[in-house]
Amino acid sequence: MAVGSEIVTKIKSVKSTRKVTTALEMVSASKIKKAQDQMETSRPYVNKIKEMINHLAQATPEYKHPFMQDQKADRVGYIIISTDRGLCGGLNAGLFKQCVINMREWEEQGKKIDVVTVGNKATSMFKNSSVNLKANISSLGDNPKLAELIGVVKVMLDAYTQGEVSHVYLAFNDFVNTMTQKPTVDQLLPLPAGEEQVSRDNWDYLYEPDAQDVLDNLMTRYIESLVYQGVLENLASEHAARMVAMKSATDNASDLIKDLQLVYNKARQAAITQEISEIVSGAAAV
Amino acid sequence: MTTIKCDIVSAENAIYSGDVSMVIASGVSGELGIAPRHTPLITRLKPGQVRVHHTDGTEQEFYVSGGILEVQPDLVSVLADTAIRAKDIDEAAAIKAKEEAENLLQDSNKQYDLAQVQADLAKAVAQIQAISRLKKKLKG
Repeated sequence: MAVGSEIVTKIKSVKSTRKVTTALEMVSASKIKKAQDQMETSRPYVNKIKEMINHLAQATPEYKHPFMQDQKADRVGYIIISTDRGLCGGLNAGLFKQCVINMREWEEQGKKIDVVTVGNKATSMFKNSSVNLKANISSLGDNPKLAELIGVVKVMLDAYTQGEVSHVYLAFNDFVNTMTQKPTVDQLLPLPAGEEQVSRDNWDYLYEPDAQDVLDNLMTRYIESLVYQGVLENLASEHAARMVAMKSATDNASDLIKDLQLVYNKARQAAITQEISEIVSGAAAV
Repeated sequence: MTTIKCDIVSAENAIYSGDVSMVIASGVSGELGIAPRHTPLITRLKPGQVRVHHTDGTEQEFYVSGGILEVQPDLVSVLADTAIRAKDIDEAAAIKAKEEAENLLQDSNKQYDLAQVQADLAKAVAQIQAISRLKKKLKG
């Protein structure tokens, strides 16, 4: 007699689920390192540009780049970076919550919201909501390229220079460490004024073709590289969150299997005992 | 022999770093040769080659698709672009991103997104399971 065949099937199915979650966990664990390395390599570029912008802003005080000026407009823009795939715990949900809280503050002041999304999850979240989805890009994969972001960033930058939005925010998950990812909503534009620098013995660069042209070019690249860094941070966060989520799923599956195994053993034992007692009592009756 | 430090970086990776005797690049207003103790200078680069001369006389070439070159007396930094940049190309990318969003918004009534469908499916499966269990119980 097959004892507890339902339990056996159940155990089998939980075991195969555990196989999947273990595999996902290991894949993410190996990808975290790569994402972190990518974050590191892009940092010098951003720092260098920042340095140059600070210098230029001081060298040419008479020229204010549009990104440094306040704009008057009745809309606020957001660039929201999310993952393409799920199974990463509450990573996206936490970020969207932060965004919505931030948006609500502006809406109370009577402003409307424009959104540009990077990644599938943000797109499906915001396309059916009351905000205006201006542009999106998804499926950047594990090796995002800055070139792919130029379009979406330009949409927002143009909206800012043309005075359609008064602020631009960048939302992404900041990778603190494997266990912690911090949902972050940072102000991108207007650029916060550069910190005061010590005057550098009154030297200045030679500019080709001129300071303004160089500054314009630097600014766009600066914003793009900030967004790109956000994408990389978010990617590292995604893998970390997925690893943790899958680890706890694997642990849960193991616990469940243990419990089910116990139930199965008990049932099996009970059946055997019953059979023996039936035989014994049968023999006694004869 | 005097040398100048040269860093070539892009947003995606560090391309080169080292002490060299000369850096040659094509700026927007002409070819530039940067030797040690050059005057501070910032220029935009045209898509083209950046050549570095090592102290032992050998030469190394890098292709950059534009970018910015910064010179300080003891340091040359090249901020290389990772893609060819031009106004119309950028514009096209922006338009494409916008269109993608518009398509999504238009289709949102007809086409369910995968996550929604999956959630619905899971719900339906759970309901079926519940019904079949109920049936078994009633029979038993």
